[in-house]
Amino acid sequence: MPRVRRRRVFAALFRAGTFLALGLVLAPAAWVLAGVVAKAAPHWHWSVLWTPLVSGNGGLEGPLVGTLVLMAGVLVIAGTVGVLAGIHLAELSRPRRGAAPGGTWLRMASDVLSGFPSIVLGYVGYVALVVGLHWGYSLLPALLILSIMVVPYIAKSTETALRQVPTSYREGAEALGMSTGYALRKVVLKSGAPGIVTGLLIALAIAGGETAPLIYTANFATRVWTGSFVGGHEFGYLTYMVYAFWDQPNKNQIYLSYDAALVLVAIVLILLVSARVIVARTQRHAEGRRG
Amino acid sequence: MTTAEGAAGDLPAAPDAARAAHRSPAIRRMAGALRAGETGAWRWSARVAVVLPTAALAFCVAVLAVKAAPAIGVNGLGFFTHSAYKIGSAYAPTVYTNGIAHPKGSAYGVLALIVGTLQSSVIALVVALPVSLGCAFALTERLPRWVSRPLGFAIELLAGIPSVVLGLWGVLTFGPILANNVYPAIARHMPNVPVLDWFRGTPGRGEGLLTGGLVLSLMIVPIITATTADLFRQVPPLPKEGAEALGMTDWEVAHRVTIPWVRAGIIGATALGLGRALGETIVLAMTTGSINRIAPNIFGSMSTFAAEIVTQLSSSLTDATGFAVATLAEMALVLAVISVLVNLVARWIVTRTSRLGGPVGSGV
Repeated sequence: MPRVRRRRVFAALFRAGTFLALGLVLAPAAWVLAGVVAKAAPHWHWSVLWTPLVSGNGGLEGPLVGTLVLMAGVLVIAGTVGVLAGIHLAELSRPRRGAAPGGTWLRMASDVLSGFPSIVLGYVGYVALVVGLHWGYSLLPALLILSIMVVPYIAKSTETALRQVPTSYREGAEALGMSTGYALRKVVLKSGAPGIVTGLLIALAIAGGETAPLIYTANFATRVWTGSFVGGHEFGYLTYMVYAFWDQPNKNQIYLSYDAALVLVAIVLILLVSARVIVARTQRHAEGRRG
Repeated sequence: MTTAEGAAGDLPAAPDAARAAHRSPAIRRMAGALRAGETGAWRWSARVAVVLPTAALAFCVAVLAVKAAPAIGVNGLGFFTHSAYKIGSAYAPTVYTNGIAHPKGSAYGVLALIVGTLQSSVIALVVALPVSLGCAFALTERLPRWVSRPLGFAIELLAGIPSVVLGLWGVLTFGPILANNVYPAIARHMPNVPVLDWFRGTPGRGEGLLTGGLVLSLMIVPIITATTADLFRQVPPLPKEGAEALGMTDWEVAHRVTIPWVRAGIIGATALGLGRALGETIVLAMTTGSINRIAPNIFGSMSTFAAEIVTQLSSSLTDATGFAVATLAEMALVLAVISVLVNLVARWIVTRTSRLGGPVGSGV
């Protein structure tokens, strides 16, 4: 029975292969996280978070504030635009009954935009905003470019979240005489909120971890963000610390890049875990969840 | 226009309006106007917001095209057939070609960058595709839900790790370890025959094509895994159970039923990962050595489009004629066109297949 044996061997190899693949992904992921902690832990002081960065020494106050300000700005700009765009695509653009959902062209433009390499967007920001509009390296061009980057993502996750709201909710609201806008706010958005918030959190993690477009639009400075949006007020952010400080001759700068990597990973971890918690919380109550 | 709006005008039944109803007709009318106003406000703000990404896209393409126009004429087709990034002399008098000013001796060619971008993306795909398929199988078909959910989250986490952190790990830990322990062994034992001799030669210090490609594969594995796992879940259980009942082993079920069922979707997911790999910047700028040349062997240092754009900005700014920045625009335009095409094809394939597979498998 060599044929049966060969089939058994293949099946066993396949089974082993799938688990090997899982290991090949999970091991590096754990290795990266452990490596980041191991590099930063020996010299870690909590004070690094609020010590100002002076050339080559000090702490991460400026870069940390910069990253948080960027994330807050992206939340406001990209959050507003992305969620509204998602609402349009899911709720307000139903051209004909029975036809495919509307906004096909708009959705395609959004897809194209999400396929743009971030460095290309950064270059556009440099040419058009930093130089073209004389804004200089500063917060606003960085915010706009990061927002352009994540708006397609937020729009898509909002659209998906709203499509999962049962149609009976909308019909019930309409039967009660609610206007479309009132029903949208009180019924549809309320039940779609967990999905929307999850999308926003992941978008924030993407924005906070981005480096290339910021080099072109915000450049870098050691000082804390000055509070101005345009006018050549460069500022620091964590990803640049990692990118530019790891191969410096000064040991303190190298340590700062390790610390910045650890803080970045911690921020991303917090965002992704909260997204997961929200999903798990709401799925427990959701009706008809997908296996 | 829509029935909902008309109904809101006729029926005074919304909860807060009902409360207002027994106050006075004036208040009642105001509440009605407010409700109609709210619908209009949502409608208009959403309409504006949904146009913004399209406007941003048009703006980006226009900026790139306008900025790149002078460089495209001067660099010509030779731009794609050789490798150079020479800004030219800052002291010699400015030269004019077709009326476009550029420094004497400036020369640009992206052949090595095109080759490098393709090489690193192909390495990443070749590694990531089987690994991702294996992961998707393990997560959807093998493991119980309470194991696969946290593991799925770990893979999602890998996607969330900032690329700059992966780059740091690649250049400080992963690359040197491979260069000290793995690359020399490969380089020594590979037979000296065509194709395979590309794996021979000096193994380097760990900053090069193979290191960059491997770290890049870590970035695209989560994308392909997530998409294919979704596809596998859409395959209806009946054909799989039928195949098993006929006595097929799980390998046979996988490669005769499950994978053919979603083949187009897997191709789409791969193209999605390819789009990501083509545009990735920071990881490759940190781990490949960033040298504008074609790697002599698989361990050699090289560069890619995106990495070159980010590393050449500061030197390009020293060109007073602005020609270097225009050339960067041409590079950005080429990169954008390539990755947008790849992405569009990928998305078209994925949506087409998920629409086909959706209704069949949704009754689980």
